[in-house]
Amino acid sequence: MAVLGIAFGYLGLLFVIAAWGDRRAEQGRSLIGSPTVYALSIAVYCTAWTFYGSVGRAASSGPSFLLIYLGPTLAMLMAPLLIRKMVRIASAQRITSIADFISARYGKSSSLGALVALIALIGITPYIALQLKAITLSHAVLVNYPQAADMRLVDESFWHDKSFWVALVLAVFIILFGTRHLDASERHEGMVAAIAFESLVKLVAFMAVGVFTVFVLFNGPGDLFARVAATPELAGALSLEAVPGGAVGWMGTLVLAFLAFLTLPRQFQVLVVENVDERHLKRASWLFPLYLLAINIFVIPIAMAGMLLGDISGNPDSFVLTLPLSAGLDGLPLLVFIGGLSAATSMVIVETIALSTMVSNQLVMPLLLRSRRLQLGSRGELAGWLLGIRRVAILLILLLGYLYHALIGDSYSLVTIGLVSFTAAAQFAPALLIGMYWRGANRKGASLGLIAGFLIWAWTLLLPGFAQSGWLDPGFLDQGPWGIAWLRPYAMLGLEGWDIYTHSLLWSLVANVGLLVGISLFSRQSPLEQTQAALFTEAMHPGLMETSLWQGQTTRGELRLLLDRYLGANATARVFSRPDASEDDLPAPPALISRAEQALAGALGSASARVLINSVVRGEALDLDAILSILDTTSETLEVNRRLEQKSNELARASEELRSANERLRELDRLKDEFVAMVSHELRTPLTSIRAFAEILHDSQDLPEEKRRHFLDVVVHESQRLSRLIEEILDLARLESGRLTLNPQRLDLVILARHSLDAVHRLQENRGVDLEVDISLDTAWVVGDPDRLEQVIINLVDNAGKFTDDDDPRVLVRLERHKDHFRLAVEDNGPGIAEGERERVFEKFHQIKHSGSQARGRPKGSGLGLPISRGIVAHLGGRLWVEDAPHLGGACLVMEMPEAPAAEPEET
Amino acid sequence: MTSPRIKERLIALILLALVLFSPPLILMMDRNPEAGLSRLPLYLFLAWALVIALAAWLMERQSGK
Repeated sequence: MAVLGIAFGYLGLLFVIAAWGDRRAEQGRSLIGSPTVYALSIAVYCTAWTFYGSVGRAASSGPSFLLIYLGPTLAMLMAPLLIRKMVRIASAQRITSIADFISARYGKSSSLGALVALIALIGITPYIALQLKAITLSHAVLVNYPQAADMRLVDESFWHDKSFWVALVLAVFIILFGTRHLDASERHEGMVAAIAFESLVKLVAFMAVGVFTVFVLFNGPGDLFARVAATPELAGALSLEAVPGGAVGWMGTLVLAFLAFLTLPRQFQVLVVENVDERHLKRASWLFPLYLLAINIFVIPIAMAGMLLGDISGNPDSFVLTLPLSAGLDGLPLLVFIGGLSAATSMVIVETIALSTMVSNQLVMPLLLRSRRLQLGSRGELAGWLLGIRRVAILLILLLGYLYHALIGDSYSLVTIGLVSFTAAAQFAPALLIGMYWRGANRKGASLGLIAGFLIWAWTLLLPGFAQSGWLDPGFLDQGPWGIAWLRPYAMLGLEGWDIYTHSLLWSLVANVGLLVGISLFSRQSPLEQTQAALFTEAMHPGLMETSLWQGQTTRGELRLLLDRYLGANATARVFSRPDASEDDLPAPPALISRAEQALAGALGSASARVLINSVVRGEALDLDAILSILDTTSETLEVNRRLEQKSNELARASEELRSANERLRELDRLKDEFVAMVSHELRTPLTSIRAFAEILHDSQDLPEEKRRHFLDVVVHESQRLSRLIEEILDLARLESGRLTLNPQRLDLVILARHSLDAVHRLQENRGVDLEVDISLDTAWVVGDPDRLEQVIINLVDNAGKFTDDDDPRVLVRLERHKDHFRLAVEDNGPGIAEGERERVFEKFHQIKHSGSQARGRPKGSGLGLPISRGIVAHLGGRLWVEDAPHLGGACLVMEMPEAPAAEPEET
Repeated sequence: MTSPRIKERLIALILLALVLFSPPLILMMDRNPEAGLSRLPLYLFLAWALVIALAAWLMERQSGK
């Protein structure tokens, strides 16, 4: 009785945890919003079949039990790629179960959804029975030890069977925490929290037995395995020889576990439907495999220990209980029993919720909606109906499981039932996985593939199981039905020597995939199927979410009425952002219709939601062409986007260039204005004095001759200045328009430079400038216009003279060879020219502004000398630039001319 | 998981796991010295742990950034 008390006390604890989880969820402080809890909830994969059966399987089939966990390890490694896509699709389409998923993929087909639900019900109920059986059996072992627990279930009345009561308590639990909300997308947070807790309990319990066995019953793993190695009967127990089917069986079981992990309804429930955040997948993708590793690490030691100890251990499926019992312990066996109980109950809870959702949404609701019997008078009545259907379904599923367990449970070992269910679930894999990646897969192919796979599964695994239970004449196993040998269930088409699961998996999947692909290739999809296929295969496409799929017409009022009737006021308020009914006569926008359909799908499944929406929306329901063209042009759009981005970058660059060019233009314009003002001033000054003196000369006839001569000198001088200025302006105009006539000829730059310097020498001396000349070359032959080059040199020296230091003015002229060029450098010891200003001195009208003394503030020339010089030099093939003066420290203007081609001596 | 490099590394890891858990290597590991037990389970657990460690490294390093 104490055992029962503890067991039901444990179930009571689950109620508390689930209630707490639900309360926290309502407060918005979710318990399950962590990747660790998510990974633990996935561990619902480890059922009583793992907890008790792994040891049994290790004892009989060596390391093959590990395959059941290596397959899911592979699947979880793919989680960030594969399961993430499933989660994305499920949240976009408000998927409620794997049947709903497959039905939605193939055009929201209610028949396909019903088919999946039916197969799941038939394939999985034995698995639920297995959990109940494990509970009964472990209780019997615990209570009856050391007598063997070989009681016959059928001999006992059901009220003595503990598993009946456990099933009943579980039904209450599931009804309380599994059907609180109608909307599956609201998730069962309390239930998930309880499942995660149960995963911890079973891990701790199993590890405890493992540590006890290895370190208490034996002196560590070394001792244990030394004794195993010394026992000849156990020598081959751990090798591949013990695995049924050898290498082929190995691969078959690996594939089977991989597929079943993704397609078992309870795994789909926790992996996809109950996922709260797809980022949790990253952590879970390694944490869950780690959990599997941990719960399996002591399986082999326990199995070996049980076999070493022989009779006192009894049935290998019960080693985890009998080993601590044989040592006379009390507490540990109880912990183990609780661990097994938690493994069994967690599986039953999740599986029953998943199956009941399928039954209500895929089997019962479509029938009710179709028959039109469902007369819904008042608002929100359907919600009550739906929850009622689910509750009844939960009770029936558990009852079915119990009946299965009570009637034929004795004839199956734990492992057998598990793999039979796995193979049934694996039939969903082709429709699910191929449908997610191949847009062409269609409903007809998926349905026929599923039916064929299911029939082959039934023929090769289910019926032989019944036969072995004594329900059928086992003769057909050996001879085949009516003596047809190639139809033998364990050797279809004469394929013999394989283990029965790999054999069944091979043929069922070959038929399933073959029909799915073959029929899809040779039949057409309906428009809705095409759209759904595109939405599923392109689920990761970022632009998809915003796309509105509805094009039909209805009013807001009709839509509101529909939601009100089926989902109740709360859900309606959530869909309609504004509560007032004033706009009910207006047409409903497509986005609103989509939201309404999603809300219905979250409660009723996508097929029923589609039927209901179609009942109020008139016209073409789907803008198929639009969605397909969006998806077809995915890559095109991306490419166009990329090019657009490139173009806009170029545009930005171009506009930046334009902006700076514009700035330069403004600057030039400003300079030009200044220059015009300055030139006018410069022109006016000589003109004014010429005019003034001319007027004096004209008016005053009696001026002394001396004064008259002086005045005339002034007039002549000013006229010269005026014509020089005009000459410069004309030069500049010619340079700019390209009409400057040059007269290139071979000339010696040394001679020309000396000649030019002689011309300015006196002038510079008068200014007090110390002009040094450093010409070390004998000759420097270049091609140029002698007059123009001389003009340039004079200009450079004159210019340098203006900018020398006030106290000790110095100018240095150097002529030297640089590779095949000659450079004439004119340095001064003035303030120099700042780096940024150096190119601008060659701008027309540019005047260097001096930050220093005011005396230098006035421009010292027209500002045309350097631009003209540069224009001339450039026309002659040379360059003119500014650099730091290496000797005097001021500015240094360098003129570079290319060396003339080798000259014939007679020309010189 | 947006970076294609992560995706490539993950696919490589899945393929590695598949090779480690499949027959050619399994058969090699099963070939044990005359006496004693098969080393297969030990090998499987080590390979399994390696795969999990690599996956943890790949996933956590990336989410840490």
